[in-house]
Amino acid sequence: MSMAPASLRDEFPLLAATPQLHYLDSAATSQIHRLALDAVVRHETTRRANVSRGTYRLAEAADLAYEQARQTAARFLNATSADEVIFTSGATASLNLVAHSFGSALKAGDRVVISVAEHHSNFVPWQMLRERTGIELAVIPVTASGQLDLTSLPELIDSRCRLVAVTQCSNVTGAWTDVATLVAAARKVGAKVLLDGAQAVQHGPQNVRALGIDFYAFSGHKCFGPGGVGVLWGRGELLAAMPPFLTGGGMIGEVTAEATTWAAPPQRFEAGTPPIAQAVGLAAALEWMMSLDWPQIHAREARLCELLIEGLRRVPGLRLLGPEASARLAPIVSFEIAGLHPHDICQVLDAHQLALRGGHHCAQPLMAALGAEVCTRASIALYNDEADIEALLDGLDFVLRELA
Amino acid sequence: MNDSNSLYQDAIKQFAQAAHGHGHLAEASGDAKLDNPLCGDRVRVQVDVASGRIMAVAHETKGCLLCRAAASAIGARAVGQDEAGIEAVADSLESMLKNGAPAPAGWPELSMFEPARNFPSRHRCVLLPFRALMAALRNSSLPHRKVGAGDTAMPST
Repeated sequence: MSMAPASLRDEFPLLAATPQLHYLDSAATSQIHRLALDAVVRHETTRRANVSRGTYRLAEAADLAYEQARQTAARFLNATSADEVIFTSGATASLNLVAHSFGSALKAGDRVVISVAEHHSNFVPWQMLRERTGIELAVIPVTASGQLDLTSLPELIDSRCRLVAVTQCSNVTGAWTDVATLVAAARKVGAKVLLDGAQAVQHGPQNVRALGIDFYAFSGHKCFGPGGVGVLWGRGELLAAMPPFLTGGGMIGEVTAEATTWAAPPQRFEAGTPPIAQAVGLAAALEWMMSLDWPQIHAREARLCELLIEGLRRVPGLRLLGPEASARLAPIVSFEIAGLHPHDICQVLDAHQLALRGGHHCAQPLMAALGAEVCTRASIALYNDEADIEALLDGLDFVLRELA
Repeated sequence: MNDSNSLYQDAIKQFAQAAHGHGHLAEASGDAKLDNPLCGDRVRVQVDVASGRIMAVAHETKGCLLCRAAASAIGARAVGQDEAGIEAVADSLESMLKNGAPAPAGWPELSMFEPARNFPSRHRCVLLPFRALMAALRNSSLPHRKVGAGDTAMPST
């Protein structure tokens, strides 16, 4: 189904209610789609009950909705089975789950390979694992423009490597990772591959089988769904061999005074009451996304991105961070303006109804590699249009006048 | 020029540009470095304290205009004050930002931050240099002085 961009904005309650707002911070949080919001409200008002614990009809309706949400997430990812989908609180929780659970089988001298381009949520869990177990943590460097420097792979991904854990798309530069090359290098040495898909999911459904990876993490709030829910997908045979991370109700086989056995995945990794209504809302967002004409949306996002970059090149003292526009990019554009702090830039832009984010974007190693401590970031999603880009470029004129 | 509702009053820009007290003390009795981990702002403040009063103050500030202007105000006004006086100014400034109280007595220039009352996320930008100054003064009162700068993250406000 193809949708005209103008109608897309109207499908997002917050954007529909604030036509003057130019929201360019979707890399931090995308707006929630009306269908997702409606699904949360409908669930909470008609099916609210705990899952996996009740035999009354209301509880069974909640069970059904929750498990259907799991099946939807599996279809969105093209997973083999819904049992490979674990609901978490978000991508950060998903990544920590792998670091703790898969990581518990690693030993001193084993190697985990990450990259300089990681969000802190895919950096710090591995540093903590290194402290706990003595693994080696190797870091793929980036080129001057922030793309992963894959020339270093032969020395980094060697026989000691057990896992390659990298971002699918940078939250600062929009650079997409060459996943196929990484997967090929990992497979040669028998290492597994984890993709942090936090930034990628708002740009379309994924195909974890075609990617050839082993784990995939993402957050609901970055793909037009509610906050407080995320997904970890893992290959069934890997999940089956992994111990639980969090423990409690819902994840056990049997508990006796002496010992406890674990439930099978995915329940093994969903201790306690999961984010039920949020998962149902996320499923509604994913269903909606699967109905869209993505080639058309990608073309549109790329056009807007190009328009923005062209305009930014004309701003005096502005330096773009990241690859050239000719590289494969998600519509995320970061920049710094000589002498101006991103907080001040964003504050002035806010007065002109522009929502952008300034700071280190939880990617300090990448910022350091790009030669900047902080920067301003504009991130474009499918509901943005030319007016948003023009408003930003006009807004930067105001910034230069106001802060000069 | 700007209107009275603008966060970026000319006074803020002028104070930030003047950067009073920017630099490094060769001899410091107290020294502290604070970060705002959310935005990467960083302030290092050094003080030389004798008989309980600030004899010299210097700061190195990487941050936004608000943070730099606040540090500059410290550079212009803090010499001669004691720890209790600085603490009172810092508390009063926080109250001005959060509760609408008047600018701290004796520091009229801090009224330039009154428009920041409407922007809670920016309060920490204004307060960071004062918290760094307080930390430096606390260091200074410790026995066996001449400590190095400590890396400390500013607590959220």
